[in-house]
Amino acid sequence: MDQTVSIRINGTHRRVREGMSVAELALELGLEPTKVAVERNLEIVPRSTLGDVTVEDGDDYEIVTFVGGG
Amino acid sequence: MADTWSVAGRTFTSRLIVGTGKYKNFEQNAAALEASGAEIVTVAVRRVNVSDPGQPLLTDFIDPKKTVYLPNTAGCFTAEEAIRTLRLAREAGGWDLVKLEVLGEAKTLYPDMRETLKATEVLVKEGFKPMVYCVDDPIAAKQLEEAGAVAIMPLGAPIGSGLGIQNRVTIRLIVEGAKVPVLVDAGVGTASDAAVAMELGCDGVLMNTAIAEAKDPIRMARAMRLAVESGRLAYLAGRMGQRRYADPSSPLAGLI
Repeated sequence: MDQTVSIRINGTHRRVREGMSVAELALELGLEPTKVAVERNLEIVPRSTLGDVTVEDGDDYEIVTFVGGG
Repeated sequence: MADTWSVAGRTFTSRLIVGTGKYKNFEQNAAALEASGAEIVTVAVRRVNVSDPGQPLLTDFIDPKKTVYLPNTAGCFTAEEAIRTLRLAREAGGWDLVKLEVLGEAKTLYPDMRETLKATEVLVKEGFKPMVYCVDDPIAAKQLEEAGAVAIMPLGAPIGSGLGIQNRVTIRLIVEGAKVPVLVDAGVGTASDAAVAMELGCDGVLMNTAIAEAKDPIRMARAMRLAVESGRLAYLAGRMGQRRYADPSSPLAGLI
């Protein structure tokens, strides 16, 4: 059976599969990794490394995109 | 020769920058952009909707390859928040031309110049090219320029107020003192306000609400395009002097 880890995404708690990359996490959330920016524990995760960074228990993510604004 | 302007090494023909907030929908926003002729749009950086990721995105309607996205820090009240937002924006878009605004209070949305200056310094060190929203104060404008702001963007009046340029004298002083482009940002309500900004010698005007909250935003977008162009032409043409009394346009000689 898969192990899960506990993380926060945009302020909301969530459990996800252990060992997944940040890119896999984005895809699982239905997001296109090339259209978002990810901050992990207050550090930017460069888009080129989204596939290399593993989601760890206790991680806090902010995932943002561009929206209409003035 | 084409009348262009440049910021941070990029050259533009349109002197109108438009926001992408407050529109009825993305279609109307895209149509207004088209009518405005703007080459740059401001955008906000916000959390993705994780519970409903299928929602349409701004980028589906306004192509970032054709229109320059200028990420904005609207809604940030500290230097730290603004810097964090722009780091994410740079990662999301891959560009370092950004618009910095650090607000002081919700009631007036006046910029907090102490935090704005602090954020400008940090961003410039990190390689950003910040266009900076500021008060209409020639000294503050100078300080921002010295800190590395690539454009100075004084308010004409509070954000979203539509009151027009409240202090033409200070806007003109900023224009005369700046070596970087000066764009009036905020306060424009109708076409004549945009023309005034351009007649004062500004390099451009940024607006959102004046177009988005017009009864017909697409028609207003076109009006703003024409106003910015005519204000610019009038500035380049050099207006006539003002007199206290009348001066007849027809010759006095030969009157019957």
